[in-house]
Amino acid sequence: MDIHEYQAKEVLASFGVVSPDGALAYSPEQAAYRSRELGGERWVVKAQVHAGGRGKAGGVHICDSDTAIYDACETLFGAKLVTHQTGPEGMGVYRVYVEKAVPIAREIYLGFVLDRTSQRVMIVASSEGGMEIEDISAEKPESIVRATVEPAVGLREFQCRQIAFKLGVEAGLVQQMVRTLQGCYRAFTELDATMVEINPLVITEDHQVIALDAKMTFDDNALFRHPQIAELRDKSQEDPRESRAADRGLNYVGLDGNIGCIVNGAGLAMATMDTIKLAGGEPANFLDIGGGATPDRVAKAFRLVLSDKKVQAILVNIFAGINRCDWVAEGVVQVLREIEVDVPVVVRLAGTNVEQGQKILAGSGLPIIRATTLNQAAERAVQAWKNDQAQGVKMRAAS
Amino acid sequence: MSILLDGTTRVIVQGITGKMARFHTKDMMSYGTNVVGGVVPGKGGETVEGLPVFDTVEEAVAATGAEASLVFVPPPFAADGIMEAADAGIRYCVCITDGIPAQDMIRVKRYMYRYPKERRMVLTGPNCAGTISPGKALLGIMPGHIYLKGHVGIVGRSGTLGYEAASQLKERGIGVSTSVGIGGDPINGSSFKDILERFENDPETHVIALIGEIGGPQEAEAAEYIRDHVTKPVVAYVAGLTAPKGRTMGHAGAIISAFGESASEKVEILSAAGVTVAENPAVIGETIANVMEAA
Repeated sequence: MDIHEYQAKEVLASFGVVSPDGALAYSPEQAAYRSRELGGERWVVKAQVHAGGRGKAGGVHICDSDTAIYDACETLFGAKLVTHQTGPEGMGVYRVYVEKAVPIAREIYLGFVLDRTSQRVMIVASSEGGMEIEDISAEKPESIVRATVEPAVGLREFQCRQIAFKLGVEAGLVQQMVRTLQGCYRAFTELDATMVEINPLVITEDHQVIALDAKMTFDDNALFRHPQIAELRDKSQEDPRESRAADRGLNYVGLDGNIGCIVNGAGLAMATMDTIKLAGGEPANFLDIGGGATPDRVAKAFRLVLSDKKVQAILVNIFAGINRCDWVAEGVVQVLREIEVDVPVVVRLAGTNVEQGQKILAGSGLPIIRATTLNQAAERAVQAWKNDQAQGVKMRAAS
Repeated sequence: MSILLDGTTRVIVQGITGKMARFHTKDMMSYGTNVVGGVVPGKGGETVEGLPVFDTVEEAVAATGAEASLVFVPPPFAADGIMEAADAGIRYCVCITDGIPAQDMIRVKRYMYRYPKERRMVLTGPNCAGTISPGKALLGIMPGHIYLKGHVGIVGRSGTLGYEAASQLKERGIGVSTSVGIGGDPINGSSFKDILERFENDPETHVIALIGEIGGPQEAEAAEYIRDHVTKPVVAYVAGLTAPKGRTMGHAGAIISAFGESASEKVEILSAAGVTVAENPAVIGETIANVMEAA
């Protein structure tokens, strides 16, 4: 789960990580008022969206007056911010964060991630702050400093000093760096984060180490023990289909194609999408309905997939292991009788009692296209979609 | 021979009184697995399927001589259950539980390394379907009847995709020595490389099938290991060709976040290491059959 910049800064502040004075606003009027409350002569107004690259996308404005803040906010509120991380639809701006500008002497990149090679928390830092980490590793790989943390003893001070000195931080500021690094690490482990990124961490002209931006991602599997973090979820930043799926306990990722997929198991779901692509189609979604594949879950899955108006054919691929195919087939038939499905449906069943399952589908009187192998299922789904399209074109031409 | 598990391995089930655990305990016993008991704190003295339930893994090991454990414990407590097994002298642990916090798994791995290598527990999973040595024993939740006994060693992340591969093999009359699920989590007990090493040393395994997916460095590590140490033919499939970058595809670990983690990059890395890659999941069985014929 992602949270907003202002939330991440608040979380990190409780672990001793310093950021500029700032305040949240839900309207241009409020933003202008916040700047007067904060005082100073120059402010930074930042759109709060769950994506990086806001600066280049016009989501960050430096303002010298409250009227300038008001004007900047007029363009931000309600707009869709499109950055390299959001996709072409962009993300809606409903909150802005107003911060006092600070005089920057230098910028540092600082990230904490779960490193899957060492299977530990890894710190990634670079003296080239302000750039995206991907660009740093492509253009200035020699500037990157890495350290992994031994979980039993935590992040040691010597490691923090080592990082600070390697980044060329002057000796007088090393203690502030140690405090910042250890604060981030404690927040990371105590709150079950999977990513903490401060980019840039700045050293100001008056010798302060300050987090100018902050991003945190949390482990969904650990939210049960951090209710205060779970509360920070902002559904306005999620794909509505995906939030709906998550609320129903289904694993769904929306894509751009038009063949909807309903599969049990994450690996088989990905493999099914791949087969559709190889057969000349494009998958509309990833959907894992879990090992159980009960009629109830199948019904929810159909409704969810059909809520995507791009979907022009559906491929159901169930490997019944512990379940039986006849039982899954009965569920599919029941669902197709209950809800109106106006696109072709291809069903492929495999595993236990597959013959009985096929018989139930065939005997249902419903226009279900059956398949026995994965390849056949994908080819038939792509073919059904093409036929349906051709027919649609003919009908439009006739009318 | 097979790896990790055979018909003599004495097995306990942690969390045996749960609905799913009861069901699969029965299923494993009817397959021939030597299940000797279960563990649920506070339920010592009860029985499930005629098996004794103990309060602690330590007691279960002392009373039954258990060597392997299957963990069905709910996510908040699963890490503790795995550490308890490691401490009690269990040799092989399979964790089925999906949804264990990643940092709990970091602690589990650190804890397991407290023990010297000769008494260090082997863990596969979490978030996996288990391990089966067909015709001998099954430690997990997979349907035993889709596997024939034979000489292909399978190692993969996904449960149902592994079933797909096994049933494609069965259709061709090809059997499996052992099939091991390493699970879909980002921090897991055993990597592809760990299991490949066992298959390489297992005389009953003639060909190895590796079923990977997007995310993480373990397929690339496996490729390097295969290139340098594996003499047996290896066939691979990597799921997620159509998966977008930066999105979690069901498995917590199935996310492309760095270079080399996409399906096409992994395919390239594996091919360069001499692995025969099935480009299409529907031809995994056929590809293995071709490689076996050529060998």
